[in-house]
Amino acid sequence: MSGRVTGPVLILGAASDMARAVARGFASRGCAIQLAARDPAALEGDRADLETRYGVAVSLHAFDALDVEGHAGFVVGLPELPQVAVSAIGLMGEQSENAADMTRAALVMRSNFEGPATILGALANAMEARGSGTLVGISSVAGERGRASNYVYGSAKAGFTAYLSGLRNRLAGKGVHVVTVLPGFVATKMTEGMDLPARLVAQPEEVAKAIVAAVERGQEVIYVRRIWRLIMAIIRAIPEAIFKKTSI
Amino acid sequence: MTRLSGWGRFRPAETRVTRVRSEADVATALAAGGPLIARGNGRAYGDSAVSPGATLDMTGMDRMLSFDPATGVLEAEAGVLLAEIIETFLPRGWFPAVTPGTKFVSLGGAIAADVHGKNHHLDGSFGAFVDWIDVMDAGGRVTRAVPNTELFGWTVGGMGLTGVILRAGVRLRPVETGWIAQDMRATQTLDATIDMMEATLRAPYSVAWLDCVTTGPMMGRGLVMLGRHAGIDDLPPSQRSRPYDVPRKPTVRLPFDLPAVALNGLTRQAFNALYYWNGRRKPGERLVDWNSYFYPLDAVLDWNRGYGRAGFIQFQCALPQHAARDGMHALLAAIARSGEASVLSVLKRFGPQEGRFSFPMAGYTLALDFPVNDRSLALMTTLDRITLDHGGRFYLAKDARMPRAVMEEADARVADFREMRRATGAAGRFVSVQSERLGL
Repeated sequence: MSGRVTGPVLILGAASDMARAVARGFASRGCAIQLAARDPAALEGDRADLETRYGVAVSLHAFDALDVEGHAGFVVGLPELPQVAVSAIGLMGEQSENAADMTRAALVMRSNFEGPATILGALANAMEARGSGTLVGISSVAGERGRASNYVYGSAKAGFTAYLSGLRNRLAGKGVHVVTVLPGFVATKMTEGMDLPARLVAQPEEVAKAIVAAVERGQEVIYVRRIWRLIMAIIRAIPEAIFKKTSI
Repeated sequence: MTRLSGWGRFRPAETRVTRVRSEADVATALAAGGPLIARGNGRAYGDSAVSPGATLDMTGMDRMLSFDPATGVLEAEAGVLLAEIIETFLPRGWFPAVTPGTKFVSLGGAIAADVHGKNHHLDGSFGAFVDWIDVMDAGGRVTRAVPNTELFGWTVGGMGLTGVILRAGVRLRPVETGWIAQDMRATQTLDATIDMMEATLRAPYSVAWLDCVTTGPMMGRGLVMLGRHAGIDDLPPSQRSRPYDVPRKPTVRLPFDLPAVALNGLTRQAFNALYYWNGRRKPGERLVDWNSYFYPLDAVLDWNRGYGRAGFIQFQCALPQHAARDGMHALLAAIARSGEASVLSVLKRFGPQEGRFSFPMAGYTLALDFPVNDRSLALMTTLDRITLDHGGRFYLAKDARMPRAVMEEADARVADFREMRRATGAAGRFVSVQSERLGL
């Protein structure tokens, strides 16, 4: 699919900074917005904001990414099957805790892979049956190669990226398009307090703009700042024998 | 810890920045104890929005909550920028009732500084169009302050020192177009500039750029810029079907710090060009889009880098009407003697002003920019003295260096302000580097 988005857009994990920016991006196009998060009551302000700024219809939905059994019911319960669904679900955690505590590690894996993958899977099936739709998965460059500094998060994102790739392959020719978003660093709650080089850090609004454009142009995989494509190409090219001794 | 300054980039201070996204986040930050100040978009020139403890970045609280097209009242969180308000509501026929010289100020910041615009002589300051303010006190309690209450009176112009401004209801102004009918008039001397402003008090917008670069009798010659919102009938017929569409101006960024000397030459040339070009035109109105009229400097994002690494300081005082003319002459004479040229000098007539701690007073205000160096800092001390001798006071949103004694001598309201801060528990909790410096 390509062209201007007109139908409803579902934002999963709607409480995050990135999700808020993406919701505004699509709402500014005049799209109705469905916001889904664990605590929908906390999204009342965001609903008011989207309605006041853009005059679009906004609905709030309780959604728990980890409640896999509930996903099918969630999709059926939406007022309308969305034209575009965006997963902004994610949890980074502290790598040191993720390495030491396997319960934490499992939560990070489930939050970044299992939950986002299964809900997009359920939506994919419904969109395939309809014969149209776009799925957007916000994954991460961290999934391109496992590094000591965040391999638990990274491995889950790697799984999610592979899942999106497979979904795109499966749905090609079925009217359903899949966009994989690999933002580098983004200035959000997740990266707050990290000492990051400004050139590599995108603002959430920048990511949102790139996502809207990718959906409208039917792009497959986007890095938000192009420099990340180069950085990750280099990181992937380092031989393992050398890579294992680095700390990046 | 981060090193943070105001827009003038003068004397950054160490602070801990916390980004808040909701009322609950603000309450959490307050519960941690210690001194704290809210910061909007960082457009105050000095240290008003930098805390020696925690600086709350309010830009994550940027939700618009409701708009009533019958009354023009917008309810929004404090981190919403005027730029966003214009982007959203100008196409629907509304514009901020009062706007300062940049659209990149937050709603909370505009209330805290009680900013003024080119229409102060008729309409008053920003606070005159605020219906209510939600303020969180040091104990985390939220009070909706309405006009004619103590809390409202001290919060408008209170520089964030009464509590954290969370949300507000503000009245917008209905406009028929996105254009301003501007009437620019060149004057030969400072007296002529003031006379011109006195003779044109009925113009909705009025401001003068003064030439403080040229010395001698021509110093203080100016360009008086009058304006009014253009009606639909003012537009050429071809534009009447799209009255809010204006040309989109490209913005540029200064990618690096310019050497400080570059600006004076540039401004002098720019001013001269405008002045002579204007002098040759026949007088009368012409249409200018809202962006060029209200926000000429916003076209250069990061224009504060133009002053070099040391930053720049603004001086802005208000003088009461009876002493304004003499005072302005004395201020300009002191600038001429010092040999320091102010890059941008703006003169504005103020009308009557309500408010417990707001800056404006009926009379005139003069705003000057200087690159930071020892000579300009010494000149400021002289300008402080002249202002005091003429019964004037100083704009805290611009101040970065005023000594405490000057503040106390200028403003008899300081004692009451301190007493209010003590009585409400705000003292010691809502603290900026500026409030510490001035002992507020």
